[in-house]
Amino acid sequence: MQVPAPFEYERATSVDQAIGLMERLGSSARLVAGGHSLLPMMKLRLANFEYLIDINPLHDELGYIRVGADEVRIGALTRHRELLESAELAAAFPIFRDAERVIADPVVRNRGTLGGSLCQADPSEDLSAVCTTLDASCVIRGPGGAERVVSMAEFHVGPYETAVADGEILTEIRLPRRPGHGSAYEKVERRAGDWAVVSAGAAVWLGADGTIADARVGLAAVGPNTTGIPEISDTIKDQAPSEALYEQAGAIAARSCDPATDQRGSADYKRHLADELTRRTLRKAVERARS
Amino acid sequence: MTTVHEPKLTTFDDNDQKPVGHGRMLRKEDPRFLRGRGRYTDDVQLPGMLHLAILRSPFAHARILSVDISAAEASPGVKLVVTGAMLAEKGLAWMPTLSNDVQAVLATDKVRFQGQEVAFVVADDRYAARDALELIDVEYDVLDPVVDARRALEPDAPLIRDDLAGKTNNHVFDWETGDEAATAAVFASADVVVTEDIVYPRVHPAPMETCGAVADFDAIDGKLRLWSTTQAPHAHRTLYAIVAGIPEHKIQVIAPDIGGGFGNKVPIYPGYVCAIVGSILTGKPVKWMEDRSENLISTGFARDYLMRGEIAATRDGKILAIRTNVLADHGAFNGTAAPVKYPAGFFGVFTGSYDIEAAYCKMTAVYTNKAPGGVAYACSFRITEAVYLVERIVDCLAYELDMDPAELRLKNFIQPEQFPYETKTGWVYDSGNYEPTMRLAMDIAGYADLRREQAEKRARGELMGIGISFFTEAVGAGPRKDMDILGLGMADGCELRIHPTGKAVVRLSVQTQGQGHETTFAQIVAEEIGIPPADIEVVHGDTDQTPFGLGTYGSRSTPVSGAAAALVARKVRDKAQLIASAMLEVSVADLDWVKGAFQVKGDPSKSVTIQAIAMRAHGAGDLPDGVEGGLEAQICYNPSNLTYPHGAYICVVDIDPGTAQVKVRRFIAVDDCGTRINPMIIEGQVHGGLTDGVGMALMEMIAFDEDGNCLGASLMDYLIPTALEVPDWETGFTVTPSPHHPIGAKGVGESATVGSPPAIVNAVVDALKPFGVRHADMPLTPSRVWDAMRGQATPPI
Ligand SMILES: Cc1cc2nc3c(=O)[nH]c(=O)nc-3n(C[C@H](O)[C@H](O)[C@H](O)COP(=O)(O)OP(=O)(O)OC[C@H]3O[C@@H](n4cnc5c(N)ncnc54)[C@H](O)[C@@H]3O)c2cc1C
Repeated sequence: MQVPAPFEYERATSVDQAIGLMERLGSSARLVAGGHSLLPMMKLRLANFEYLIDINPLHDELGYIRVGADEVRIGALTRHRELLESAELAAAFPIFRDAERVIADPVVRNRGTLGGSLCQADPSEDLSAVCTTLDASCVIRGPGGAERVVSMAEFHVGPYETAVADGEILTEIRLPRRPGHGSAYEKVERRAGDWAVVSAGAAVWLGADGTIADARVGLAAVGPNTTGIPEISDTIKDQAPSEALYEQAGAIAARSCDPATDQRGSADYKRHLADELTRRTLRKAVERARS
Repeated sequence: MTTVHEPKLTTFDDNDQKPVGHGRMLRKEDPRFLRGRGRYTDDVQLPGMLHLAILRSPFAHARILSVDISAAEASPGVKLVVTGAMLAEKGLAWMPTLSNDVQAVLATDKVRFQGQEVAFVVADDRYAARDALELIDVEYDVLDPVVDARRALEPDAPLIRDDLAGKTNNHVFDWETGDEAATAAVFASADVVVTEDIVYPRVHPAPMETCGAVADFDAIDGKLRLWSTTQAPHAHRTLYAIVAGIPEHKIQVIAPDIGGGFGNKVPIYPGYVCAIVGSILTGKPVKWMEDRSENLISTGFARDYLMRGEIAATRDGKILAIRTNVLADHGAFNGTAAPVKYPAGFFGVFTGSYDIEAAYCKMTAVYTNKAPGGVAYACSFRITEAVYLVERIVDCLAYELDMDPAELRLKNFIQPEQFPYETKTGWVYDSGNYEPTMRLAMDIAGYADLRREQAEKRARGELMGIGISFFTEAVGAGPRKDMDILGLGMADGCELRIHPTGKAVVRLSVQTQGQGHETTFAQIVAEEIGIPPADIEVVHGDTDQTPFGLGTYGSRSTPVSGAAAALVARKVRDKAQLIASAMLEVSVADLDWVKGAFQVKGDPSKSVTIQAIAMRAHGAGDLPDGVEGGLEAQICYNPSNLTYPHGAYICVVDIDPGTAQVKVRRFIAVDDCGTRINPMIIEGQVHGGLTDGVGMALMEMIAFDEDGNCLGASLMDYLIPTALEVPDWETGFTVTPSPHHPIGAKGVGESATVGSPPAIVNAVVDALKPFGVRHADMPLTPSRVWDAMRGQATPPI
């Protein structure tokens, strides 16, 4: 059994009380949500914190999926399993269920949260790629109830680094809804439950004439953070969907990403996957948008 | 020799037929495991017990300049801190390995692999011990490591083992087998010669339970009790007596329930010795349980063979000779666990199941800055490597001849009338009948249909592969004239005692790590003596309770201890017959044994049950002249030969041409392990081994970076397969009994681990045939398969 260094532990009673504690304790404190990223690091002693503030008691307050006409709002403490099982969410954004099916395993999904996934800012994190693809914005609450809303591009400032400052909490993710939507997610992994070799999400919004009104692609595990690729959006916008178009998008994905060779695969292979998975997910997203 | 065909696939119906002897029955040990009542080493709690944690080297190769333990000693809860220098004062810094090398218990001069033991802390609890490790200050002078075995013998390679007097290079041993000149002559005149470089990468058994021990030394009576995760409790006891100088009768080694061994728990690890030293020095029981990373980086690995395979054949596919040159990476200490006369284990069976004219192997083993080990992971003493080599190179030959790999194998099998068959490397295969096994596997697979489907798919650009492997194993070490481990002969004792009421206890020298001994051995005895398995207690794993024997590994329990159990039961039955003759007032020769009772010949109404005989043996009244009371016996079984199980495996894979991901669609395993004692347990062993095979073929590898850092230090980095990567196994069997084993049984525990990797790799390579691929090394991860598809297959190391 791997054992962490000593730390103190406190259960949060409200979001503002948690923020108050964080403010007082500064960088020696960490929030723990599902704990599936934080605790392994602490047990391996790759990270040591003096205080853990457990926000799981706030599940009533921060665990929700609200599907509105213009927007879907998801509380930061919503668990993988809740995201997987929500039929409403799958209907609004099919990409979520695709992704959740291939994230970790049931044990991890029972505890791990959307907020923890985004705040971990691991370049391979699947939900970050999903949120990037869907152009999510992140609601961050700070001392005195001050709230700010940042885009995904602003949220991830580097590998394992986010815009959330000491004394702040990510409370909510907002996903804009637009008509004609279809989306999909694909991941290549060496084994079920493994982190992605590469994964890709694609979202399209088709106009009434069937052309692509807007499209976004998000990739995981091919750069310092999950990456949205604006050039793809620019290139395929206002075009009629076609295999040639997907190929073009795939080629852009391959050339825009910055993968590294590691145990999961060579940089060349990952680049190839960025291409292959971009084409596959765009194709499927369009099919879904049409049906 | 009879061969029975059993075309039926795996049956799960009626697994509990409650046989009085062989047959399907549920495992006797399962209720306690299923209810969470197994008792493992980490469950042992003793009053006042302390906890031990080990400081390990962060470097692969470094000189130790100083070790400062003062801050750790002052840390709360710490009772003891010990360094290599302190052990050296007691003459305990080094210990022998199972291959007559030495290994550091705690490093004194240098560290020689990342994860090597440097110091230990004993404290009130696991947390305090672990926290104190961070306070030990070790000053290292980092040296260049030897990571690539191919470079270990270069003149300027750093010298790893400067502890060995006179050692000037990293050479461990050279070994050869077969006839070099005769083989060269056959190769020189053969129509076709195929050569391929084949790597069996370093893998790790990664048992679910890591290694550990609880040592409890009683200073008053001088007795050491050691609960430990060991596959060989008796051998370990003797070695502790030799190393630590504690008299053997004062050492009790207890292997409680074990959560998987796979050879990982054969060696004696420094941690066990540290726990003993910790208990002696503190006067308290001391527990050491390694964590997952420690298990993966420091304990017995497997394989790491770089093999050049060569095969010579006629144009029409008659295999003439096989030759191989092997570079074996043994890590920093030669810790291979194999009979001493077999430094390469049983790799000599690399000629496989084929009747050939000549064979030769030359091997060189080297030291590198990696963890020691080498024989583990259900390898049957390196037969995994041998079978992989021959089954891969035979497929390379099929590729060159453009011949169907099944047909090529069928054409070259040793024929049934040739058994016992002596191979060109001197192994005497006891029995075998290969073609029916192969044909059965092909029938179950629907081989011709699969090839048709493949042709259609290929025409459409889809990638489907069919892989075959046919293996012969050599298990059940072994005849004591040839086989010993550090001077301990590989024969096994067994004791059987029938209680007055006809219940029995059988005491084994071997220990189960999941193989189901408590069931199988009860069934072996039940078959011979007619007492139901439920009435037979199987005692094992405790050296104070059981007779001497060498332990469970190399699929040896059934071939050796299984024979012992059958023979001891027959010995008891012989005595029971004497008593029965007195009870029935007839001569011994007038009695027939019908399972569970002796009957007067020709008069079934006159009989006595074994239970009645047992009561008489312990009861009042006279026994026949010369017969003592009681009903018990003891034997020590020395096998006259190994047993040679075989099997035919067929694997079907599909590969996604876009992502290069491999999906194992079907796997057909037909095993012949001779007499089948409990078919359900055999199937369980086969299923587990096949799953291991998927792991090794597709994902598992302990890799190192150029500095010698282990890249497989957690189960996030070292992948093992899950239920989602494996198909529904399709199993079948034939039965070719062993002629020399008393019940005709052969070992099966490792057959599937040995036989499945080549079938899977052959299937992947077959799928990639349209790309001109003849070979690709394991692990066949998507990235590596993609490389192969582009003609850029590279060795993994
Ligand atoms: C075996 C295993 C396999 C996995 N496989 C995958 C996979 O395939 N794909 C994948 O994407 N992920 C995978 N994960 C990660 C999993 O999804 C984690 O649950 C997730 O990364 C973190 O969520 P959590 O709630 O557990 O976060 P925690 O571990 O609790 O926290 C992670 C970090 O986020 C911070 N944090 C958490 N919540 C907030 C908040 N509301 N505001 C501010 N900071 C916060 C914490 O302080 C911490 O620094 C895997 C994990 C495991 C253990």
